[in-house]
Amino acid sequence: MHLVLFILFGGLCVAGAVNLLLQRHPINSALSLIVVMTSLAVLYLLLGAEFLAAAQVIVYSGAIMVLFVFVIMLLNAGEEERTTGSKAAYLVGFPGAAALLGVLAFVFLSQKSALGNARLGSFLVTTSDLSRVLFRDLLLPFEVTSILILVAILGSVVLARKEQ
Amino acid sequence: MNPLLTFLLLSILKVAVVLVIFLTAVAYTVLLERKVVGRIQNRWGPSRVGPFGLFQPLADGIKLFLKEDLMPTGVDRFLYLLAPMIALVAALLSIAVVPFGGGQTYKGVEIFDIADLNIGLLIILGITSIGVYGIALAGWSSNNKYSLLGSLRATAQVISYELALGLSLVGVVMRAGSLRLRDIVAVQSVHGMASWNVFGGFQFVAFFIYLMAAYAETNRAPFDLPEAETELTGGYHTEYSSMKFAMFFMAEYGNMIIVACVATLLFFGGATSPFGHLIPAFGGAIVQAILPVLWFVAKVLAFLFLYIWVRGTLPRFRYDQLMGFGWKFLLPLAIANIIVTSLVLAIHG
Repeated sequence: MHLVLFILFGGLCVAGAVNLLLQRHPINSALSLIVVMTSLAVLYLLLGAEFLAAAQVIVYSGAIMVLFVFVIMLLNAGEEERTTGSKAAYLVGFPGAAALLGVLAFVFLSQKSALGNARLGSFLVTTSDLSRVLFRDLLLPFEVTSILILVAILGSVVLARKEQ
Repeated sequence: MNPLLTFLLLSILKVAVVLVIFLTAVAYTVLLERKVVGRIQNRWGPSRVGPFGLFQPLADGIKLFLKEDLMPTGVDRFLYLLAPMIALVAALLSIAVVPFGGGQTYKGVEIFDIADLNIGLLIILGITSIGVYGIALAGWSSNNKYSLLGSLRATAQVISYELALGLSLVGVVMRAGSLRLRDIVAVQSVHGMASWNVFGGFQFVAFFIYLMAAYAETNRAPFDLPEAETELTGGYHTEYSSMKFAMFFMAEYGNMIIVACVATLLFFGGATSPFGHLIPAFGGAIVQAILPVLWFVAKVLAFLFLYIWVRGTLPRFRYDQLMGFGWKFLLPLAIANIIVTSLVLAIHG
């Protein structure tokens, strides 16, 4: 059951990501990104991270992507033009991506014993477990991060403000 | 029988029953609105089809089915067809986590809800935030300036009010210590009305914010700028006809019912009696199982009536008033409510 769901939504996630690159119209790309985000939420749920899954849907698929779609609608962005691309992208891009994938796979496989295993659907991190870690053990980093985000918001307001 | 098979079959049965009841409720909410707004405006409302006009929803349904299905030129076909489906599915999906009765089980499966989830409240918020795409894409794909303006307004409005809505619920969640809707109801069931969040929980400010934000989220009067007839000829669903229009219509009324359900669960004790243990348990087990469902329905009906009453009474906001009200009044108020609630809980609890 878990495996079927994993394959289904993992496949959907990859298909969405590929479609995001292939679509020419920005709004179709944005919608593919929503598919990717939402299927990622299902994968989190399968791994037992229920709060993370809900937050993924609310924050990423909901708030952030609505903003993307809103901006695309507001600017009425047209279809993007295709260029043949630079030679360097073809020569370095594919081998580079393949090399990165290879290195990551090698590191994870060789460190398998140290990293441990997470089985699908074998454990559950409840919201209260998560908040206990977040607000007791990791309180300082958590608060520092929120202040960092506040600074970013203020910065964007200052940059976007019209000159008086 | 195999327990997994039992679970699956019973779940499918529950989904079918709840869906039929929900869709019927949507149809009759439309009739209720036409009747009540009629009386508010000193006229009768629909009264010809059946006794008291009770078969009017049936007639409306047949009419919408038989209407010609038009599609304007220059639309983005795929998104144009997808938008009403997203809107309707998002409106219908939330009912799955609403517990509308007691915790009785049959063969290990709960009777009075479809799914009892640990993160039920977050699921409802998530589905609401997905529902925006229905409206946004409808306006964009219609290739019509009024539709586009309507959906831009709707999107901006929903993004703005979603913050206040989410923050208003934090006090309730802190009081219950859980995001599970049954736990939130359980906290309010001890002394009947006196322990409801809106009275005994001192969450009346949160309730006010929730109600305002939810009215704005569902694009209802006085926040119905996205479909303001006088300015936008109908807003995001201008170019939709026949069943596709009906899907938007059903989505709007479905969302109204969901908002009424959530308000009942979070602030008015859900399916529990307002009199607590003052009334001794009477009748058999079956009466005691049905009674909570009746309380729930009565509370939801009261909220639907309030919705219609507000629509019949208040004029529409201006756009700048809408944004100012959301960002400069509701949002700070919601944050103040969180601070006060958490201080009180920290000192008392």
